[in-house]
Amino acid sequence: MLTRWLDVISVWAIPFLIGFIPLYGWLRGVKVYETFVSGAEEGFKMAIKMIPFLVGILVALNIFQASGALDSLIRFLSGPLGLVGIPAAVVPLILIRPLSGGAALGITTGLLQHFGPDSAVGRLASTIQGSTDTTFYVITLYFGSIGVRRTRYALPVALIGDLAGFIAAVVICRRVFGP
Amino acid sequence: MVNVVWLVLIIGGLVVSAVHGTMIPVTQAIMTSSEKAVEIALGFIGIMTLWLGMARIAEESGMMRTLSRLMNPLVSRLFPGIPKDHPAMGNMLMNISANVLGMGGAATPFGLKAMEELQKLNTLKERASANMITFLAINTASINLIPATVIALRVAAGSHNPTEIVGPTILATTISSLVAVSVDRLLRYWHHDTNPNG
Repeated sequence: MLTRWLDVISVWAIPFLIGFIPLYGWLRGVKVYETFVSGAEEGFKMAIKMIPFLVGILVALNIFQASGALDSLIRFLSGPLGLVGIPAAVVPLILIRPLSGGAALGITTGLLQHFGPDSAVGRLASTIQGSTDTTFYVITLYFGSIGVRRTRYALPVALIGDLAGFIAAVVICRRVFGP
Repeated sequence: MVNVVWLVLIIGGLVVSAVHGTMIPVTQAIMTSSEKAVEIALGFIGIMTLWLGMARIAEESGMMRTLSRLMNPLVSRLFPGIPKDHPAMGNMLMNISANVLGMGGAATPFGLKAMEELQKLNTLKERASANMITFLAINTASINLIPATVIALRVAAGSHNPTEIVGPTILATTISSLVAVSVDRLLRYWHHDTNPNG
């Protein structure tokens, strides 16, 4: 039942908005097409403005990954994390999730194929993938686009939130699905 | 902080690659990833253009204002100091709603627009305002009702119950959001941010 509703929402959300926003505007006497075009112009500028920030962050991440530094970090951390009940298999996902959406998606796909989607690791990886975001990327992009250089305590706040999400996912999955 | 993380990623990576002798793949990664970054940004143009056009209609028709007025009692506590009808509020709400519905592509343009509006209120343009940080704390915790991508992945991997992780996901994301907002509140007072827009 709940599943069916969620399916309906995810199928209809975008078409609904694409229809509802212009219709509402038209009923309010807005020249919808001209207004759309004038707003849409900004899209191009905004995407171009993203380039320097994306280049900066992706290059740094890829250096870290391609050098083998990320693998060493994962090996180093999987021991202590195993002690608190986080399976070693999801450690790479936890470390990469805040950094790169694409890479995290790749790891989750790999874990689901290898362990099976209905295994403990598969469920935990799914929950982690769905419940957190690419924090580091979002912060550089959002602040970068408006030229803010001093981000102050934004990164620590966001990363503590992520950490809480990971711990919550581990505890909840164990409670709901068993160890 | 971002500066330090960025530098550590680069220097740490280079040092390790010197030790492991992985200089050639690292050089390749530098080249391909800078190309890839531009590709991603260009790929964004279509969806950004579409949603920013829609956002303008929503703004001009008063839909944003209605939305922010409806939600105002809830969010004005989170974002003190933003005038009631300010477009920053409407854009932040659209961004959060898009995230909640799992429409990542629609969320980013509204989010960037919201940052632009917050920047208009910001008194020190190079420095993040307290309200910006709160917005990002909520945004990166990504309150998400429909993890559509994950469900699709699970279906593809042959799961017997692909949506069973929806409940745990909602709960985990709620907890991470609550923690992020609480820590943000603590640090806001700790940093003596008396001007939420400064």
